[in-house]
Amino acid sequence: MLLLERRPVASSVMRWASPLLALVLTVITGFILFLVIGKDPVEGLKFFFITPISDLPGLAELGLKMAPLLLCAAGLTVCYKAKLWNIGAEGHFLMGALGASVMAVQLSAVSGFWVLPVVLLTGVLGGMFWAAIAAGLKTHLHCNEILTTIMLNYIALNLLLYVVHGPLKDPYGFGFPQSIMFAESALLPALIEGTRLHLGLAFGLLAAVAVWVLFARSFIGFQLSVIGQDHRAAAFAGFRVRQLTWFAFLVGGATAGLAGASEVTGPIGQLVPQVSPGYGYTAIIVVFLGRMHAVGIVAASALLALTFIGGEILQIAMQMPKAVTALFQGLLLFYLLTCDAFIHYRIRLKKAAPQPRSAAVAAAPQEV
Amino acid sequence: MELLTNVLAATVVAGTPLLLVALGELICERSGVLNLGQEGMMLMGAVAGFAAALSSGSLLVGVAAAIMAGIAMSLLFAFMAVTLAANQYAAGLALTIFGTGLSAFLGAGFVGSSIDGFSRVAIPLLSDIPVLGRVFFDQDALVYTSFIAFAVVALFLRYSRGGLLLRAIGEDPEAANANGLKVLLVRYLAVAFGGGMAGLAGAYLSLAYTPLWTENMTAGRGWIALALVVFATWRPERLILGAYLFGAASILHLVLQGLGWKSSTELLAMLPYVVTILMLVLLSWNPARTRLNTPLSLGQPYRPGS
Repeated sequence: MLLLERRPVASSVMRWASPLLALVLTVITGFILFLVIGKDPVEGLKFFFITPISDLPGLAELGLKMAPLLLCAAGLTVCYKAKLWNIGAEGHFLMGALGASVMAVQLSAVSGFWVLPVVLLTGVLGGMFWAAIAAGLKTHLHCNEILTTIMLNYIALNLLLYVVHGPLKDPYGFGFPQSIMFAESALLPALIEGTRLHLGLAFGLLAAVAVWVLFARSFIGFQLSVIGQDHRAAAFAGFRVRQLTWFAFLVGGATAGLAGASEVTGPIGQLVPQVSPGYGYTAIIVVFLGRMHAVGIVAASALLALTFIGGEILQIAMQMPKAVTALFQGLLLFYLLTCDAFIHYRIRLKKAAPQPRSAAVAAAPQEV
Repeated sequence: MELLTNVLAATVVAGTPLLLVALGELICERSGVLNLGQEGMMLMGAVAGFAAALSSGSLLVGVAAAIMAGIAMSLLFAFMAVTLAANQYAAGLALTIFGTGLSAFLGAGFVGSSIDGFSRVAIPLLSDIPVLGRVFFDQDALVYTSFIAFAVVALFLRYSRGGLLLRAIGEDPEAANANGLKVLLVRYLAVAFGGGMAGLAGAYLSLAYTPLWTENMTAGRGWIALALVVFATWRPERLILGAYLFGAASILHLVLQGLGWKSSTELLAMLPYVVTILMLVLLSWNPARTRLNTPLSLGQPYRPGS
């Protein structure tokens, strides 16, 4: 009989092995899935994982998709470390894109080096505003942040749809729901000439560094971690839990807002309804997969960026549904959580013992 | 009067999927398990129900398939959250993300197909009552099922020994275990019931509400149902009121447009989500009251003896 036994000390090896194990299991499942639907699995996995990153334009495209994921994930890490379950990165992202677009359209006739910073800043403020609503509802009205942020995501999406169908719609756009193309001065410069890779990736990497500094070197980061581990201890220690909650939410809003702003001023160049293929939700997976650690989330955002591109390639090359991306992402998170159980537990083979199971487990060493 | 009757009847229809999924989640949460995967389970129910009904030609087969799909999804969650004692928030989110992806993947071939969904069946005599007859007793079979499910859940929780055990486990699994109750088994059953109801709610969407399949057709109803359980302070009687209240909010934009009120569709489509937040605010501003009603062990993993 297999028995789960609590480890005396949480396994640090398993903590980092778990994401790799989850990836392996996901790939194996993908292999079987291709077989089941009658497609060549080797070919399929190659299209998904290898083809996208086999040349420079492909790598640039990977960086392009990494940027919004990394920015959103960096902000969410700050929230999740404090066990603030902010699911609202998608909404912050959309409001960032919306804010930046409104400003970019306003300034479309102006040129100057200051235009782009103003546009990006408006996006950041848009994301922070949306996060502030959730923070206020949490700290002053005690609303569960999971539910409020999810609802705010839907509201943000409808607001964005309203704006592209209404006030910001390009009058000469042949009726398409989209804004005018932004002026050159409102566009992010390319990082590598000739590719679509833009400054957004640099923002993402900077955000990851900032997360590292915050949690490895700052008192605020320490306080946030303590809140996450033991809320009551943080209160007894005199930490200002309410202010720290606001801080985490505002950081989350700012980075996701910047991600949204970078997306409209980067690869898209205008506001369109499909500005996000779910970056804000995928960023949640990035945070868990990246172990809430700066280096981890950089690696995880690269992997999940790959799932977006791989999905698109499979759609074209093998006529697979686009949903294959979401399926891979879901599987990955799923396996990750399963493997994570073995950070705290180990499997022990036991002969079917006559004593009751609860007694056998109770005899196991307690966590210290 | 005619208009009012129709609006009320449409409210019951719009509230039915919310009622079904929220009843399941209520039982699940009363056992101390918070399953944020409602949206994913509903979507799987919707796609499985539609696919089965389309290929078999029988709506009942569709409903059965939807319930099975919901249960299967919920057992995945139960394995992580109950057996492996994983973080319930993360496991629930994983279930929603996974279910959204899997349903879109499986359903890609069914987009654009349509079936004859459930049609209204008037109950003799009862449906002749003015207004209320049309509103409650001239609906489709799944609406009647939701009434029965409500009665069963309400009576089960209040009067049955099983309901008492369930509540005891939700309040204090440690004590329940010491008294010889099988905490993990009961939690598995509660989660599976929630999954079945979410699957049924999904089937209501794809077989009755709009008899077709589209990606993400639940449009956040699984999340609204989670808010609904909080709103109902974990009590079935308030849950049914809340479900119809949210149902009304979700058709308000149709009513307003029907009355010739000119406004943007997108802005009106925000209403159910705004109403949800307002409801949460109303219900949560007093944390003492929330604490009083929340099952004590809600969201906390439990492993006997550890």
